[in-house]
Amino acid sequence: MFEIFGIPSQALFGQLLIGLINGSFYALLSLGLAVIFGMLNIINFTHGAQYMLGAFCAYFVLTYAGLNYWFALVIAPIVVGATGVVIERVFLQWLYKLDHLYGLLLTFGLALVIEGVFRNYFGSSGLPYRVPDALQGGQNLGFMFLPNYRAWVVAFSLVVCLATWYLIERTRLGAYLRAATENPTLVRAFGINVPRMITLTYGFGVGLAALAGVMAAPIYNVSPQMGADLIIIVFAVVVIGGMGSIMGAIVTGFGLGVIEGLTKVFFPEASNTVIFVIMAIVLLIRPAGLFGRGT
Amino acid sequence: MQRVASLQAVSYSERSRSGTVAFLVMVALLLVAPTVIYPLFLMKVLCFALFACAFNLLIGYVGLLSFGHALYFGWASYVSAYTAKAWGFTPELAILSGAATAAAFGLVAGALAIRRQGIYFAMITLALAQMMYFFAVQAPFTGGEDGIQAVPRGHLFGLISLADPMAMYTVVVVVFLACFLVIYRIIHSPFGEVLKAIRENEARAISLGYKTDRYKLVAFVLSATLAGVAGGMKAIVFQLASLTDVYWAMSGEVVLMTLVGGLGTVFGPVVGAFVIIAMQNYLAAFGQWVMVIQGSIFVACVMLFRRGVIGEIANLFGIKL
Repeated sequence: MFEIFGIPSQALFGQLLIGLINGSFYALLSLGLAVIFGMLNIINFTHGAQYMLGAFCAYFVLTYAGLNYWFALVIAPIVVGATGVVIERVFLQWLYKLDHLYGLLLTFGLALVIEGVFRNYFGSSGLPYRVPDALQGGQNLGFMFLPNYRAWVVAFSLVVCLATWYLIERTRLGAYLRAATENPTLVRAFGINVPRMITLTYGFGVGLAALAGVMAAPIYNVSPQMGADLIIIVFAVVVIGGMGSIMGAIVTGFGLGVIEGLTKVFFPEASNTVIFVIMAIVLLIRPAGLFGRGT
Repeated sequence: MQRVASLQAVSYSERSRSGTVAFLVMVALLLVAPTVIYPLFLMKVLCFALFACAFNLLIGYVGLLSFGHALYFGWASYVSAYTAKAWGFTPELAILSGAATAAAFGLVAGALAIRRQGIYFAMITLALAQMMYFFAVQAPFTGGEDGIQAVPRGHLFGLISLADPMAMYTVVVVVFLACFLVIYRIIHSPFGEVLKAIRENEARAISLGYKTDRYKLVAFVLSATLAGVAGGMKAIVFQLASLTDVYWAMSGEVVLMTLVGGLGTVFGPVVGAFVIIAMQNYLAAFGQWVMVIQGSIFVACVMLFRRGVIGEIANLFGIKL
């Protein structure tokens, strides 16, 4: 045990770890929002509800089919992503030509519907979800105790984020995507099915949210409103980072999580608001966001 | 944004006549209503109608979607409730101090939010409102989860007791109509025309030499102030200020009211507020389903009738409301 700035190291590193965990979720969710915004020009307000759906999907799969966490990690993104595809086909595809505020309003309405239905059946209290057996316990690092599951969440979300970055920035499919973001008409003229790409992009972004939800299930309880407040913080993260860059979304997400964790140690009263304050400062200094291009 | 193109063909006098008739009908309804409907319900509708009209000034006439209007509404209600209860302010002073607080917050939040356009604007206003929600949770004077209860209605100008529901109703109607006319005046002034130009084509307005950021900021502050009047009035009428009024769900509700009534119509937000408040009142027994129903109305409005109730009526008859 030793102290840093008068704070016991256990507390400091403990909060740093929580910061990194929250940062993983910020990064995964803002990544999904950025990918969706790039292709659809819509801010997906349903993202928080879809994160919650991911967690519930893990819970259902365990309770009713007896399939454990590792199956949920695969099944939930596919199932929730599929519902995303349906949402895009039924609702969103009709809105691309309108002002983007309609996309925001529609997805807000969908979020209310989804959260309302779950609240009605599951109440406000959370349902517990066990940490998978393989990740029980933890490591004593000398200066702190590191639970295995939390280490896994940070490492795995980092891998998923980097894989997404690679997919979009370095592969042929990603090149199509980026081209279609810039100029969909021209990309269509080259014989690429842009509408299908848009649909799948939405499904993919939603799948990322669901994946984050599954990872969150053992840490926070599975509850209907788990995504509602989180999504507003993620919006602030997105404003700070700017949605122009995939790597920017990842770095901002993790960075803000850590800053929030540190605030909890040094100035706990401000831990709820620190991200919003940073957003205000960034708007004053760099209105386009840290990694943003233009407005 | 949804625009009604056919309106341009209608002559100016004809347009203003339909507006005047609608206004007189509204005043007549407000005079008759308390004999038929419970006054407390009517006062709630009018507070929210004013809130929605203030919100509509931004979305409907400048094209700015603020997703954080609960900040001005809720904080004004806190300040009005606190000054009336702790400092013994008379109701009109309490409401004014609430409105002044909302104006100050609107100035700061507006100055930050107009630095970004489009969808970012909505996200920034929402995030700032959430920040002030957390402040309201922690600040000692707001009373946390309990809110500020048992706020005295007091005596208007120190003379007329507002404990009587009809006296209170009269005050609410007068304040509502005054603010409604102020908004009408703003929309139809040269200033309002510039706002509409910014909504239609901001780049063009800039190229014509208008400092659009200043216009947007003034409109934002006006909207926040009027939302503050609505919030302060609600605190006095219901003798309560609570966290519900500053939460993001409240921001969502005012968007819904305006959308249902018709974005960018003068009378739409009033009708929208009536519809949504009535719905909440009569469906309260369904508990969480109200949230689902509200969400479904959002979806239905966006997918099927983006003009809203009043917008559809105006379109049908080729008039402006």
